[in-house]
Amino acid sequence: MSGPAPWLAILALAAAQALLFAAVGANRVLEWVQTACASAGLPYNTVMVLAGSGLLGVSSAVIGSYAVLRRRSLIGDAVAHAAPPGIALAYLIARERNFFLLLLGALVSGVLGAAVIAWLRQSTRTRQDAAIGLVLSVFFGLGIVLTSAVQRDPTGAHAGLEGFLLGKTAGLVSQDLLLIAVTSANILILVWLFQKEFLLLSFDPGFAAVQRWPVQALDVLMMTLLVAATVIGLPAVGVVLMAAMLIIPGVAARFWTDRLSRLLPLAGAFGLASAGAGTYFSSVSEGMPTGPVIVLTAAAVCLFSMFAAPRRGIAAGILKRIRMRERVARQNLLRTMYELAEEAPDSAASLEEVAARRGWRAAEALRLLRRAERRGELRRTPDGRWALTEHGLQKALEVVRAHRLWELYLVEQASIAADHVDRDADELEHILPPEMVLQLESRLRSEGRWPEDRVPASVHPIESAAGEAR
Amino acid sequence: MKAAQEERREAAPVAEAPPLEIHDMTVAYQRRPVLWDIDLELPEGRLIAVVGPNGAGKSTLIKAALGLVPRASGRVEVYGKPIEKQLSLIGYVPQRESVDWDFPVSVLDVVMMGRYGRLGWFRRPGREDREAAMDCLRKVALQDFAGRQISQLSGGQQQRVFLARALAQEALLYFMDEPFAGVDAATEQAILGILQELRSNGRTVVVVHHSLQTVRDYFDHLVLLNMHVVAHGPIEEVFTEENLRNTYGGRLPLLEQAADAVQRRSV
Amino acid sequence: MMQTVLAMDPIVFWIIVTVALVNVTGALLGTFLVLRRMSLLGDAISHAVLPGLALAFMLSGTREPLPMLIGAMAAGLLTALLTHLIHRYANVPEDAAMGVVFTSLFALGVVMITRVASQVDLDPGCVLYGVLESAALDTRPLFGIEVPRVAVTLAVTFAVTAAFVAALWKELKIVSFDPHLATTLGINADRVHYLLMALVAAFTVAAFEAVGSILVVAMLIAPAATAFLLTDRLHWMALIACATGILTAILGRNIAAVFDAPVAGMASVVAGGLFLLAVLFAPRYGIVARKLAHLRLGLRISGEDLLGLAYRWQERGTGAPLSARGALEAAGGGAGSRLALWLLRRAGLMAKSGRGLRLTASGLERASKLVHRHRLWEAYLARHLPLPDDHLHSPADRMEHFMDSDLQRQVEEQVPEPHGPSGAPR
Repeated sequence: MSGPAPWLAILALAAAQALLFAAVGANRVLEWVQTACASAGLPYNTVMVLAGSGLLGVSSAVIGSYAVLRRRSLIGDAVAHAAPPGIALAYLIARERNFFLLLLGALVSGVLGAAVIAWLRQSTRTRQDAAIGLVLSVFFGLGIVLTSAVQRDPTGAHAGLEGFLLGKTAGLVSQDLLLIAVTSANILILVWLFQKEFLLLSFDPGFAAVQRWPVQALDVLMMTLLVAATVIGLPAVGVVLMAAMLIIPGVAARFWTDRLSRLLPLAGAFGLASAGAGTYFSSVSEGMPTGPVIVLTAAAVCLFSMFAAPRRGIAAGILKRIRMRERVARQNLLRTMYELAEEAPDSAASLEEVAARRGWRAAEALRLLRRAERRGELRRTPDGRWALTEHGLQKALEVVRAHRLWELYLVEQASIAADHVDRDADELEHILPPEMVLQLESRLRSEGRWPEDRVPASVHPIESAAGEAR
Repeated sequence: MKAAQEERREAAPVAEAPPLEIHDMTVAYQRRPVLWDIDLELPEGRLIAVVGPNGAGKSTLIKAALGLVPRASGRVEVYGKPIEKQLSLIGYVPQRESVDWDFPVSVLDVVMMGRYGRLGWFRRPGREDREAAMDCLRKVALQDFAGRQISQLSGGQQQRVFLARALAQEALLYFMDEPFAGVDAATEQAILGILQELRSNGRTVVVVHHSLQTVRDYFDHLVLLNMHVVAHGPIEEVFTEENLRNTYGGRLPLLEQAADAVQRRSV
Repeated sequence: MMQTVLAMDPIVFWIIVTVALVNVTGALLGTFLVLRRMSLLGDAISHAVLPGLALAFMLSGTREPLPMLIGAMAAGLLTALLTHLIHRYANVPEDAAMGVVFTSLFALGVVMITRVASQVDLDPGCVLYGVLESAALDTRPLFGIEVPRVAVTLAVTFAVTAAFVAALWKELKIVSFDPHLATTLGINADRVHYLLMALVAAFTVAAFEAVGSILVVAMLIAPAATAFLLTDRLHWMALIACATGILTAILGRNIAAVFDAPVAGMASVVAGGLFLLAVLFAPRYGIVARKLAHLRLGLRISGEDLLGLAYRWQERGTGAPLSARGALEAAGGGAGSRLALWLLRRAGLMAKSGRGLRLTASGLERASKLVHRHRLWEAYLARHLPLPDDHLHSPADRMEHFMDSDLQRQVEEQVPEPHGPSGAPR
């Protein structure tokens, strides 16, 4: 894919906005928002702060999710730590707190940091993790040095640079928030525009290269958006914790969905909520920096997702494992009852026989027997023994058929020794879907290996669990 | 400004030129030659296997031809023009390990990626692309899995998804990196069926193959590789005991020393 | 007394010593972290100890080292453990798991500390970059000399670390290079790993009061990364890392004094600067060295190409001299070939002859050896590779530059007549 189409689009976007702001002016926009808030009865300042933090929460979550998926989570951390020297230099040059310039300095510094990481990885023997850590600590150290220079400068006390360390939304004015909101919106627009290209780049860059996409350029674009999202988050979240807002929402969202097209908006929503709520909570708590509260909110969402999410969550996983064990135990019981009945057609089985055959403890066996009784698969005889009902017999036949087919298949096709089959079949038969069973059946039939009896005798002599050799 | 469709038209094959020509290609990794002076011309409409022992550079051959790995020397032509200009005619099935299967995409999403080449910048895949992708899924018998996330597939099914994606590229020349590795017998037959269908439609398929057992049955043309081309040609001519011995019976002894020498004296 | 003995302000001395102790401890631990690609785990732990410290303080009510140390080590181990659990059981990629854990823990720590801010002197900012200057003033008498408390703590930490590294050198070495091999040899790689993490946590705590967690991270990575560029042997890597650490301390402090900057920050920058120097100038892996080697190679190849050209020209026996311009063009043109020609003439291998060039006696000898190698390789390729005849020249043209006498002997054994396949010498 060649041609200037993508770059023209970006340029057009930038030009359109520049024109818009030149024509309308930032102040007019703010006035408009003010009137809107007044007529809706909402406090203007609160709305602005929440909107600003919310939007940066969204953009960092969305672009950060790509970084997480590409295994580059911690590059965001390095970029955030690389920003302070740029911020301090911007202040030293401008000699006044110009928010736009400070962020621009952060952007330049951040991009430089990202570039150094890439360069170290490509051109030297240094590995990625060391490159990230080096940029992180060295740039930040430089930031400390330059920030102290700012603080010693007579005008420096008003720079408010410490607010960038752990986040302080209290120091932000409406114009600042407007800048954050606009940048955020741009990031989101570009991510939306390039969604299929970014998907391809993240999932299979080799394939993308063969399809002639400019993989390197797209990578640079994505990294630039990452740096931009990081930089606008710094005033609210701070340098040390910004990485959290890039990583946590995406990680949390992954628990709820298997599709990127849903993951990104969900991550964005998590980012929005955490940033908004966190900003609010920290504002009501005396002297509390905003960053940590935002991050803790996000972490809480992530923790909740980790446990409660219906399919990928830990609780769901545990539940699934428990249910699977139950199913296996149920089927094993039915098969045992059938085999016992096959050997002694006229007598019912006792608890001890069943337990011994499967190697279960008596209590466990009893529980399973009672359960099967409740399901109508077994019935109790007058002398306290257990037998299959008609319904139970049908179910048992299904299970036994599948098991013996599988045994046959393993022995014949996979050349597994006969007395290893029972073990393997025990596990595998429970994973066989019904369609596969039909397939095996018809294959064995067509090969003339389907025995005359409805159910073939088991391939090997069945010993009780206690008597099996270890 | 080139639209994607224009590119495809420009990449149309030059009459009489073979689908793939590799001239004097040498590939080095960290200044050490791993492929020596590869010189190949492959015929059209055949199933071509590339076989050799482990570490022979089979994957590297494909990756270097496609430009995924830098070439120290040599040039590669597809239908008479440099391969860089002909990429829209090429389909690629990489190794399964090249991708993170936990990535949140569905089977259909992956196959639709094969169509991205013809969409160009910014356009989203539409209904036509969806249907084309579903068609490809039907060809590999995975149409019922379209909505599944890719980690929920077995190894053989994952391989078939990659194959479907390559089919969606509607290429004339296909490169496949070990498509039969680690798949069950049913999948192997299914994949073979697709390759044969491609061949009957006049497509050329170059396959890095891992097993000598099945080469004779599946393929018509063979390239024996062990850091250099030992032999290549129609399978009946090339699949001889002597050639196999030369390929599998240890490295051409001096190439190892020569590679050492190059690496040493290049630093 | 100190002043007269060292000709230096005792505070300055102790600052340098303190930072040096931090740096060498970090360098030792970092050597193994960098080798195992776990640099960022050091970063994570140094952030995540904060809640442990806060908790220790809140429970014990004091700022005594022991409870803080225990709190920090617990937090450090918790970080490593949680990261592993989240990665294994919740299917989160390892780097993201680490990011989630340590940022959340650090945020928790800040919130906890801000809550008890009035009671404790633990300002989160100082956690990041330390209060070295004031810490150096807090001294205790030791053997009659006033020694800063932090220096003693750090000295002990260094001693413990050095003892650990020395005692478990073999295990650490194997675990760093091949954890699977380690397990088969009966070394419990996990235990070694967690011991290392515990030490990193302890180190962070001991160091943070003086230099803050940022320098801790810098020292865990930069000296080891620098040493990695300078050597391939583990013991040298550890030693060079330590030396780099000491140098960083001295330079860091002195440069910071010049600019009136915080020592911790400046030391990080100096560490980065030393790393950059290694990247550029390391004798084998440095960029300058590699570029020079590349240039030298290019020049050698150009020179040999010129010799080969002259030889073949003379072989044709037309008697006319080889035109300099023609030769240079054929050898690729450009400044490189011109420089190569100049070097050849200086070395007495080629000389001016009327309007053109000719080979000197020694030049002739060198050139004939070269051409012989070329033809040898052609013959070898012709024999063993199914290449068409006209494809043999370029590979041999490349290989002739790399064949040493050893290889040449081996090829000669394999090839009886070193003439071109057509029979005529090429």
